[in-house]
Amino acid sequence: MELHAEILVIGGGSAGSVAAIKAKEAMPDRTIMLLEKANIRRSGAITMGMDGLNNAVMPGHAEPEDYVKEITLANDGIVNQRALLRYAQSSAEMVSELDSWGVKFQKTSTGEFDMKKVHHNGRYVLPMPEGYDLKKILCRKIRRVGVRVENRIMATRLLLDSGRVAGAMGFNTRTGEFVVIRAKAVILSCGACGRLGLPASGYLYGTYEMPTNAGDGYSMAFHAGAELTNLECFQINPLIKDYNGPACAYVAGPFGGHTVNAQGHRFIQCDYWSGQMMMEFYRELNSGKGPVYLKMNHLADETISEIERIMHTTERPSRGQFHAGRGKSYRTDMVEMHISEIGLCSGHSASGVWTNENGETTVPGLYAAGDMASIPHNYLLGAFTFGKICAQHAVEYAKRVSEPMVDPAQVESERDRVLRPLSQPGGFPHHQVEYKLRRMVNDYLQPPKLTTRMEIGLEHFIRAKADLNDMGARDPHELMRAMEVHFIRDCAEMAARASLNRTESRWGLYHFRVEYPVSDNTNWFVHQNLRRKADGTIEFIKRPVAPYVVPLEKGERDSYGRLRIEAPAAVAEAV
Amino acid sequence: MPQAIQHFDLPVVVDQDKCIEGCRVCVEVCPLDALAINPDTRKAYMARDECWYCTPCQVDCPANAVTVKIPYLLR
Repeated sequence: MELHAEILVIGGGSAGSVAAIKAKEAMPDRTIMLLEKANIRRSGAITMGMDGLNNAVMPGHAEPEDYVKEITLANDGIVNQRALLRYAQSSAEMVSELDSWGVKFQKTSTGEFDMKKVHHNGRYVLPMPEGYDLKKILCRKIRRVGVRVENRIMATRLLLDSGRVAGAMGFNTRTGEFVVIRAKAVILSCGACGRLGLPASGYLYGTYEMPTNAGDGYSMAFHAGAELTNLECFQINPLIKDYNGPACAYVAGPFGGHTVNAQGHRFIQCDYWSGQMMMEFYRELNSGKGPVYLKMNHLADETISEIERIMHTTERPSRGQFHAGRGKSYRTDMVEMHISEIGLCSGHSASGVWTNENGETTVPGLYAAGDMASIPHNYLLGAFTFGKICAQHAVEYAKRVSEPMVDPAQVESERDRVLRPLSQPGGFPHHQVEYKLRRMVNDYLQPPKLTTRMEIGLEHFIRAKADLNDMGARDPHELMRAMEVHFIRDCAEMAARASLNRTESRWGLYHFRVEYPVSDNTNWFVHQNLRRKADGTIEFIKRPVAPYVVPLEKGERDSYGRLRIEAPAAVAEAV
Repeated sequence: MPQAIQHFDLPVVVDQDKCIEGCRVCVEVCPLDALAINPDTRKAYMARDECWYCTPCQVDCPANAVTVKIPYLLR
C-alpha cells in the first residue's frame, strides 16, 4: 500500500495528537496523517489520562526563567536552555488551549488554575483530578479538524531522499500488509523506550512506561542518521514495588503525603524526580534503613478518600485493586516502593533524539516531540507543547520544499527485513528473544555502572542481532512484537555504548559509574551525541552546552545536590 | 519448531454472558491489541498475555462485561 501526506506524524499519543491537530489547523487543505500502531482512542503513554501536569509555568505562579533554572539544576547543567525557555514561554498558552478543548484542570474558587509545589524550588504542578478523559478529548479534536488517522500501522524505518526525510515505511499490524508513506515532513512522537530493562516482576509488559513504547522513535531516528543525545542518562523512577506504577508523591505531596524510610523518617527534602533524588533513594533502599515507602497513613480519612479518588481513576487506575489484593490500605499501611527498571525517556530524564527549540532533529524535515525528544524533564505538558512547536515548524518547512522522491531500493530492502519473520513462523518466538535481551539489560546496564560489566553486555546485544534475524512470527500481531524487539536491541546497544563512552558520573544514579564516581566538568560538561555513520558504525560527537540564557547565581548551582535531610533520627528523637 | 501448549492465568476476563455479539470496543481500545473476537461466539476474549493492566477495556465496555485483574506475576 502506498500513501501520501504533506506531513506525517508517527505516534498518536500526547505529542503526536497535538502535532497533528495543529498541523491540520495550519494546513486545512492538505493531508496531515497521524499514524498509530494501536488505535488513537486509548494509545500512548496516557491511555487512562493523567492526574496532573508536572511542569506548568503559569503567570502569577512562576516565571519562565525560574523554570529554566529549576530544570537546568535538576539535569545537572547539561541542557539547551533556549529549548527549555521556548517551552516555558509556551506552556501556559498550551494549558489555556487544552482548557478550551474541554480538558479539566483543578481551579480555585475564583476560577484560577490551582497550582501546587512539588519541585525543589518552584511551583509548577497543576492537578487534573478529572484527567481521565484526556485521550478522548484529544481524539474528538483530531476527528473534528479532519486529520487523516491511520490506526494499526506500525512504522519501522524512515525514508530518505538525498539526506532529507521523505516519509516512512511500516506494516499493518492486523493484516501484515507492507506500507510506504511519502511525506515532505515527518514528526516522530513515538514515546519512550520503556521496554528496555525487565521489571523485577519478570512480566514483560509490567513496565513503568506504556509497554507499546519500545523505543520505536529512537531506533528510526538512529537509522535515518539523526543525532541522539545523552543516552547514558537513563530513566529510573521510584515506583510502587511490583505494581510498577508511580507511587505519586506528586499527587499525595500537596495533601501531606511523603517519601520515608522503614523507620518512618523522611530522608529527602523534595519528591521531585531527578537523578540526584534517585541516588538518595537508592542509597536509602540499600542502607539498613530501607525499604522506602510512600507514607499517607498519618492523613485524615477524608484526605485519603480524596487521594484515592484521584489515583484510582486516572493514569494507573488499577493500583487500588493491586493494594486491595495484598490487603493494604493507605489508611493503615505505607506503600512499599522500589526502583524501576531502566529506560530511555527525556520526559523524565534527558535521553532522546537531539532536538532544538524548534523541535528540529539533525535530519532536514524530521522533527521529534514528547518522551523521545531530547528536551529534559518535559513530561506530559512538554509533549503537548513541543507537539505544537514541531507542527508550526514542520508546516513552514513543508511549504518551502518540493515533493521528495521515494527510493525503490530502500523500500525493497525494508520490505524484506520487515516481512522476514512471517516467512519463518517456526523461528524464535518474540517473547523469548525479548525476555533474554531485557534480562541482559538488567544484568549489565543497571547502575551502578561497571565498565567490564557494560562491555560484556554490549557483546550480548551485538550477538543478539543473529537471534533477531531468526525470530519467527505466526501472524501480523507477533510481527509487531518481533519488530519492537529490534527497536529495543538498538536502544540497548546505544545505551551501553553511550554509558561506556562518558567517563564520569553525572545525573545522580542515572549515570553513576563506579570507576569514575565524580563529575568531570573539564571534559564532560557537554551533551554526548551519537549518530550512525554510513558504514553502520556509531560515532560520538561532543556538543558544547550553549551559553545559558538564564545564568545561575552563586549558591544555586548545587541546590539539587543537597536533597538529603541530614540525621533525621536525631531530629526526631529531639522532638 | 515444535509447539507446546501452556496454561496462563490471563489478566483480562470477559464475562461471555454479558459481552455483546458484534461489539468490538475492548478490542479496539486495548493499546497492546491483546484482545480478540472469537469467530464462533462473536464475543471478546483475551488472546495474548500482553497486558499493562491499564483498564480502558474495562472502563469503555458498554456492557460491564470486562474485568482487568492484576497480572499474576505482580499480584
